[in-house]
Amino acid sequence: MMLPDPAATGLARVRKIEGAALGLRTPAFAPEEGAGDLLEVSLGPHHPSTHGVFRMDVVLDGERIVRLKPVFGYLHRNHEKLGEGTSYLGSMPYTDRLDYLNSMTNNWAYALAVEKLAGIPVTERAEYVRVILAELSRLLNHTCLAGFLMQDCGCSGTPLMYAFREREKILDLFESLSGSRMMCNFQRFGGCRVDPSAEWLAATRTLVDGYGAFLDEFEALLSGNEIVMARTQGVGRLPAALAVNAGVTGPMLRASGVGHDLRKVDGYGVYPRFNFRVPIGRDGDVYDRYMVRMLEMRESISILDQALRGLPGGPILDPKAKQRGLRPKAGEAYGRIEGPKGEIGFFLVSDGTGNPTRYRVRAPSFVNLTILEDLCLGHSVADAVIILGSIDIVLGEVDR
Amino acid sequence: MESPEALRDRLLARFPGVSVELVPNGSPSGQVSLRISPAGLREVARFLRDDAALALDQCSNVTGLDSPDREVVETVKESQPGAPGGPPVVIERKQTRIEPGHLEVVYHLYSVARRHGPVILRARTGNRTDAVTLPSLTPVWRSCEFQEREVFDLYGVVFEGHPDLRRILMWDAFAGHPMRKDYVEPDDYEWEPTPHGEVLAKARRHYPSAAAPGAVQPSP
Repeated sequence: MMLPDPAATGLARVRKIEGAALGLRTPAFAPEEGAGDLLEVSLGPHHPSTHGVFRMDVVLDGERIVRLKPVFGYLHRNHEKLGEGTSYLGSMPYTDRLDYLNSMTNNWAYALAVEKLAGIPVTERAEYVRVILAELSRLLNHTCLAGFLMQDCGCSGTPLMYAFREREKILDLFESLSGSRMMCNFQRFGGCRVDPSAEWLAATRTLVDGYGAFLDEFEALLSGNEIVMARTQGVGRLPAALAVNAGVTGPMLRASGVGHDLRKVDGYGVYPRFNFRVPIGRDGDVYDRYMVRMLEMRESISILDQALRGLPGGPILDPKAKQRGLRPKAGEAYGRIEGPKGEIGFFLVSDGTGNPTRYRVRAPSFVNLTILEDLCLGHSVADAVIILGSIDIVLGEVDR
Repeated sequence: MESPEALRDRLLARFPGVSVELVPNGSPSGQVSLRISPAGLREVARFLRDDAALALDQCSNVTGLDSPDREVVETVKESQPGAPGGPPVVIERKQTRIEPGHLEVVYHLYSVARRHGPVILRARTGNRTDAVTLPSLTPVWRSCEFQEREVFDLYGVVFEGHPDLRRILMWDAFAGHPMRKDYVEPDDYEWEPTPHGEVLAKARRHYPSAAAPGAVQPSP
């Protein structure tokens, strides 16, 4: 990164500091530029590459990062405290605002935790509809991520526009079903809010049948592209042992070669009925994280195909299942699902009243950020940007 | 995976000085947890991670719970001698006592290698004011690093042995712990002393010290 002379530009946030005063972690390799001064730079919070309001306090030795501290909380609204002051059903629309790209899976994770807490059975048709919506959500999230990541790499415009073109189609489906493009507020305890019509299912079928062709086109453009490979391979390697110990989940973990997918491990909902594979990476670098998501989308298409074919009739929601005024017995439950970004879980403690006495969100991108510094040490600033992009964070969920 | 009772017995046999208590769960989820005395928490955690049969290599979720001081009203029955020759008279008396509060940290552990879980660990602080230190489990599971910082930030539990214990969601100069049950949120986060206004009146009601010009608004 080219840094202008601070004196000339008056950049207040760029200043020189002494290395010894910092208590540095050991860099990935010894700095080559000699015992020069270190430079502390604040990346963000207002920058497109930070994917929201997020800051990285970076200490640079020349072009190399020798320390990186993520700083966040700019979007903090104490979501968990709001949950304590709201009824169980009342928190459902709030969960839309966590990972605002994937309100469908947030809703599902929350509904699952409440169903565990109160012992509510889910109707057969709703289980299938939940799988359909979760997989559509995964397609949407991974498509967007690939577009953003390429934007971060410097492929300006084209991949992101292709990705957003497809995202719009999925958002249209969400809108026609739930009434809202992004804030769907769709799941209920024991089922879903609306029964999808035959027309909606036909439109979904059309989208699913065409999605493979889009992925072919997208991958022909990017996956074998020499520049993309040179830019992302070997960057931000995450060893499998560290990934597990640091609680990294989702495509991040699988890219490091760990075949851990809650759809298989927990087998929640009706996932055990579907035939799909779990793609894993080898090197755990940015390229693997991109490729794992690409392959996961192909599997999602297969799951969608099976779920649309096997969708049973019957009620979408048991009318006797209590929604308003739900008062679970005193106790606690932790429910988790495989969200597009990793394990999203809700920990609920009930004291027998209508509001949870503790409402905790285990946000995947918050925990995945733990190892950001480890991934970036020794790399350049430009690499830190794509490493952050490959983690796939959403600040609505990180800051809560 | 072994039952929670069997696990408790194994831990008690392995760590004689540590108290391990089974915490029942009234919910249909049936997720029973183990309450460990703080002094032995890190030892137990390391054992759970390294034990070949359990291999709890992932600490998925770390969170805090707050139980404020509670006033408990108890009815005490006392029998006093009644009229001569008659039966004793039973008098009911109500007495209140304060049950001291505490903060609690909950860890949800899973095994990626063996695909089981959760094993839930809990540890309590002595009180909510000056004995709020618990051992950090970040040296055992890296995933605790940010999550323990969050519990420190929002609940005020101090994790001894944490490599970088700072506020994470609130800003550094913030006072107080917003997730505590008795937290009173500031009337206006951009408050500064002004000679008039509803905000000042509200603040005076809540914090007598706010009347002083230039006073920093304290949090409870």
